[in-house]
This record gives sequence, structure tokens and C-alpha cells, in this order.
Amino acid sequence: MSEGSPALHAIFGRLTLESFPIHEPILVVTFAVVALGGLALFAAVTRYGLWGYLWREWFTSVDHKRIGIMYMVLGLVMLIRGVSDAVMMRLQQAMAFNGSEGYLNAHHYDQLFTVHGVIMIFFVAMPLVTGLMNYVVPLQIGARDVSFPFLNNFSFWMTVGGAVLVMMSLFVGEFARTGWLAYPPLSGIGYSPDVGVDYYIWALQVAGVGTTLSGVNLICTIIKMRAPGMTMMRLPVFTWTSLCTNVLIVASFPVLTVVLALLSADRYLGTNFFTNDFGGNPMMYVNLIWIWGHPEVYILILPAFGIFSEVASTFSGKRLFGYTSMVYATVVITVLSYLVWLHHFFTMGSGASVNSFFGITTMIISIPTGAKIFNWLFTMYRGRIRFELPMMWTLAFMLTFVVGGMTGVLLAVPPADFVLHNSLFLVAHFHNVIIGGVLFGLFAGITYWFPKAFGFRLDPTWGKISFWCWVVGFWLAFMPLYILGLMGVTRRMRVFDDPSLQIWFVIAGLGAALIVAGIAAFLVQIYVSIRRREALRDLTGDPWHGRTLEWATSSPPPAYNFAFTPVAHDGDAWWDMKARGYERPLTGYRAIHMPRNTGAGIVLAGISVALGFALIWYIWWLAALSFAALLTVAIGHTFNYHRSFHISADEVVRVEDARTRQLAVQG
Amino acid sequence: MSTQAHTGPEVHADGAAAHHGDHAHGSLRGYLIGFGLSVLLTAIPFWIVMAEPFASKQVAGFAVMGFAAVQIVVHMVYFLHMNTHSDEGWTMMALIFTIIILVIVLSGSLWVMYHLNANMMPPHVMDQMK
Repeated sequence: MSEGSPALHAIFGRLTLESFPIHEPILVVTFAVVALGGLALFAAVTRYGLWGYLWREWFTSVDHKRIGIMYMVLGLVMLIRGVSDAVMMRLQQAMAFNGSEGYLNAHHYDQLFTVHGVIMIFFVAMPLVTGLMNYVVPLQIGARDVSFPFLNNFSFWMTVGGAVLVMMSLFVGEFARTGWLAYPPLSGIGYSPDVGVDYYIWALQVAGVGTTLSGVNLICTIIKMRAPGMTMMRLPVFTWTSLCTNVLIVASFPVLTVVLALLSADRYLGTNFFTNDFGGNPMMYVNLIWIWGHPEVYILILPAFGIFSEVASTFSGKRLFGYTSMVYATVVITVLSYLVWLHHFFTMGSGASVNSFFGITTMIISIPTGAKIFNWLFTMYRGRIRFELPMMWTLAFMLTFVVGGMTGVLLAVPPADFVLHNSLFLVAHFHNVIIGGVLFGLFAGITYWFPKAFGFRLDPTWGKISFWCWVVGFWLAFMPLYILGLMGVTRRMRVFDDPSLQIWFVIAGLGAALIVAGIAAFLVQIYVSIRRREALRDLTGDPWHGRTLEWATSSPPPAYNFAFTPVAHDGDAWWDMKARGYERPLTGYRAIHMPRNTGAGIVLAGISVALGFALIWYIWWLAALSFAALLTVAIGHTFNYHRSFHISADEVVRVEDARTRQLAVQG
Repeated sequence: MSTQAHTGPEVHADGAAAHHGDHAHGSLRGYLIGFGLSVLLTAIPFWIVMAEPFASKQVAGFAVMGFAAVQIVVHMVYFLHMNTHSDEGWTMMALIFTIIILVIVLSGSLWVMYHLNANMMPPHVMDQMK
């Protein structure tokens, strides 16, 4: 295979013509579709002359609102990729019975279950969560942007860089075949000599830079840039959960970076941290990666809890029940999430004392979570509940998540875990909490804040179709997996011998089809909403009769968010302002100091992708070149002294007067 | 009410820039003390390793670790200017949180991996490792 001349090898490293999977018809067709779609998009953008607009107003933007929206777009695009992988796996498992091999070979199938997990966690859930935090947190605390606007843009593009590397692996080379956490020794150079694991490592390292920096940025924003009067115990709950999530990010992502760096050292330099020989210990990898991995699931779920808190209180027309207990529950979860990691590998053999300690801490962490459920129930109790879409997602979450939480406590019992470990019961459990918790929360959040971001609501009819497809599809797709798991079926199987199992996989496949219908309905919902935007227009800036400061400004907010920084006198600051007959000031505007857009973030991320690609394919000259370029551009950027500008007072007056007229039309 | 609900408009968008000047940036004397202590705390461990004043290697190891821990504190106080009241106590809070996490992660990993070896290693491998 590597018979090429030394010169070619020096130029292209491991990359040869055989690296392109032209012998896999499924991949060729996929590539054709993606290439045609990409060409069409490229042609359309060129045809309407949008490149300049996109570059100036979006790609180089340091506005937290635009970056938030770009995160959401990234998450939704990657969701489509991740779901396609899931559907392919469901189809394979429903077919591969009675001697049939299904339609996927092992090489392809193993990449599918790996890439599905990696994409769904790192490039769907994380961007969607970060996108919502980016958009909403500065507005909720009455700030004009985040603490470090350039860093925010850079973080976003690094996340995109990681996603680009993962997508590239589909058509150039292959992705890891190790499962989404790439345990050694399987992921070591001995058993995975190909580029798959290297794609995995560098995609996560590039994206990890972005995630960690955006965590630093949001912590700093929440601590330093709150509006006057907004003490910590007056913070909106979503901002509180965002703060805790970002603390978790900053404290746990370095562990992932280090463990992947050690794995790279094993693969590139011949060290023996995680090998079986020479004193290495693969179990140390498992231990370390779950020290990151368990906080990671709370990184995803805490903001969702925040969204449900905002939605439950807004749509019940009541102050959130037990605000203080909600905050303390969040903080307790933040610390406890570091005390449970071993429950992911009870079967590793650490013995009864270790297992029982981590089993008990796992059961304890369900207590603050349970307290939150009761808080939401009591918030709804005797409230005037409006069954708008965000509230429907919240109710579906409460019903679904409780089941997922209970199966989690079941798995926390070490003897039970010895039976259920790595079974489909586990797969059903974590999909139950991640779909039923995180994803339902994200959909609640998207529907809730969409009018704020775009100035019109999402079409409720298509939203309800999407909602019912998702909820019913979820139950249909994952309840069979609980049953199969209890019967002893393990995860990541490609073919099955026992024909009696097939019916459950067929049911699960039908569920997956319904979920796909749900996603399609969601996309139709967005399209229909854009078409009907005049009918769905929100002119007030406060379409849901909200309680927190993001509803105090117009929809969409002006670039500077608030012409005057609001003052918070109450936890539900905007509700309190409305109750006290707040009048919008109409005069006295002044020039506003704002950060200036810069292309440095996208350039740095682009170079990082080149660096990652070079390291994956052993193209050493490119690696050296792009590393040097990375340093040069980063240092060069520090000499950019034109970082801010003033929005003139005239401009502010123009924008605010337009809003005054708009509100006057409302009456 | 409206006048009460707003502060002046000159709040900056980039909060980092707006917050210059709240920090104590230390004095030359402080930096020199920190530098002197760091040199001392680095020199002593070198001496411990090279002159071998302790009979037991384990004691020497713990002593070096101890000096390293003290040096971390020196760096935090003299170079990072951390104290209990800077940034309304947030720095101290962050430090305490970091220490809690580090203790959990380090002691937990040691405990887990020690038990793993004790339970899973076949006896003859354990004998070889001694």
C-alpha cells in the first residue's frame, strides 16, 4: 500500500490514492450528494453576492448574538449528520438476522457507532448548549457583550475546526473504530495503526480549545458584567446553571486534553502510558477520561435545567418555586459530578469498597436533581399554565427524564451494573437522559428564544408535529432497547443469531424513523416560519410575557443590546420593572463603545485544521509550517490596536426612535 | 421610576477593558521576595537529591513534593497576587474549588488504581512488580 516513492511520501505523508474510500458505494453516493449540495450552496451564495456580507457581518463578527446563532446552525447541521448515522445503525441491526450480514461491513459499522457518539456529544449537544448560553446569558444579565468578544469568535471557529476534521474523515481516510471514548489498548497504535484514532484525537483537541476558552469567557462575563443591582442571588436560573456548566467545562476539559495528549504520545512517540507492556496501564485512560466524561454529562444537562426553569416559571405566570434551593441544587450537582466517575466502570474490578463508595455517591447526586423536579412541579401548581410549545417540551421532559433518572439509579447499584454494563439497557438509559433531558431542553430553549433572536415566533403547528414525532419516536426507539438490554443484548453488535430479538429492533427502527420525521418537521417549521414571518412577528420584544431582562429589549436586540444598562431590583428583573410601571427612556442617548469585528479567529481555526490534518497524515512539513503560521498569526493579532469603535449617538437615537414608533403602533 | 432604573450610559461593552485598575499589580519588593523564595525553594530540593541527606528515598521524595507545594503557594501570593479579598473573594473561591477538585481527582485516582492492582493482578505479576 505504501509503495509510493520517498518523494511522494515526504510530500503527502500517509495520504495515498487508496486513502479515498472509492470502493465503498455508500460513501461514494454520500460524497456525491454532499458535494452537489455544497456546490449548490456555494453557487447560490455567489449568485446573490453574499460572500462579502457573510464575511463582514457573520464570520468575523464578535457580537455574542451572531456567534450564538452560528453555534446553533453548526449544531443543527451536525445533528442531521449524527441522526443519519443513527438511522443507518438502526437499519443494520433490524436487518442483520437469520444469517443476513445486513448492508454494512464491520469496518464501516464500527466507524458509524463511534462517529455517532462523538458528533452527538461534541458537535451537536455542545454547540447547541454553548450557542444558547452565548446568546442568552449577556442579555439576561443586562450586558452588551461577553467579557472577551474576540475570544468568543475564536472559540466558535475552533469548534467548527473540530467538526470539519470529523467530516473530512468521512471522505479522506476513515474515522476511529473504537467507540466514542477510544479506550486503549484498542485505540493504541498496535491495534489501530490507521488514521481513524488520529482524526478522533485532533478533532477533539482542536474543538477542546474552543470549548475551554468559551468556558473561561462566560464565567468571566457572568461574574464581572452583571447589571447593577443584580446580585448572585438575583441571577436568572439559566444564567446560574450556565455559570456552573462553564465552571465544569474549565475544570474538566483540561483532563480530556491531557489524556488525549498522553494517548497521542503513545501513538506518535512510542511512550507506554496506556499500553499493556512496559508498565503502562490502559485502565488509567479509562479512569482519567471518565473524570472528564462524567462532568461532561452535567455540562450538557445543567443549562437544560436552566431552560426548563425559565420556561416553567414564564408559562405558569409565577415566580419560580424555590429559587434558592434551585441554585444550591445546581451548585451541589457541580461538585458532586466530580465524585461519581467510577460508576462508568464498576466492572473494571476495583473491588467492593471502591464500587460501593461510587455507587452511593451516584445515588446521592440524584437527590438535588429530584429536588429540581419538585421545584418545577410546585412552580406549575396553581399557576395559569399556557400550553405553548416550550411548555410542552418541558412537560415531556419531566415525564421522560424521570424514567431515565430512575434507570440511572438502577445502574448505580454495582451488582446490577455487573449484569447491565455495556448492554443495550445502558444505551437506552443514556439516550433517555440525553434526548429526554438535553435535547428536549434545547428544543424548549430554541422555541422560547427564537422570537428574541429573529423577531418572529416559530410556527406552532409544525412545531407540534415535530414535538409529537420526537416524543413518541423517542419512546418507541428506546424502550425496546431497555428490554433487549435486560435480556442481555450487548451494545455495538453488528449481526445477531437469535431471531426472537428481531422484532424489538424493528420497533426501535420505527421509532428512529419517527424521530427523523420530527427533525424534518422541525426544518419545515423553520421554513414555514420564515415564509409566514409577518403573521408571526413579535413587535413588543416580549412575546411570552417574560420575566428576565432579555425580554426588556427589542426582538431582535440592537447590536448594543441595551441603550441604557438596566438596573435589577428583583430576581425576575423585567417582571418587576413591568409591575412597577417601567417607562422606556426616550432621550439622553450617548455614543456606545463596542468591540470591532476581526478575521483573526477564523484564520487561526483554519490553520489549526491544517495542522490537525498534517499531524493525522504524518505530513510533517505542513505540520511545521502551519504551527509556525499559527504562532505568527496569534502574535500578529496582538498588534491589532483597532479593536473597538463607537456607535455614534445619532445611530443609537435612530435605532431607538424606530423602536419607539414600533411600540407606539402596538398601542 | 425610569431614571432610577438606569445607570449612566458609559458602560463599556468589553468588560475586561472596563475593569483595569481594580487589581493590585504588586511592587518590585514583592516580586523580589517571590523570586528569592522561589530560588530557595528550588535549590533545596536539588540539594536533597544531590547530597542525599535523607537515608530513605521515600522521605526525600516527600520532602521534594512538600517544597514544590510550598512553592506553588509562593507563586500564587507573590506573582499571581492572590489574596482573600481580590475580586470580591472570587479568586479565593476559585482556588478553593480547584483544590477540592484536585484532591478528589488525585486521591480518587490513586485509590481506584491501587485497588485495581490489588484485585486484578495475578499474584505472580504482583511478585514481579516488587
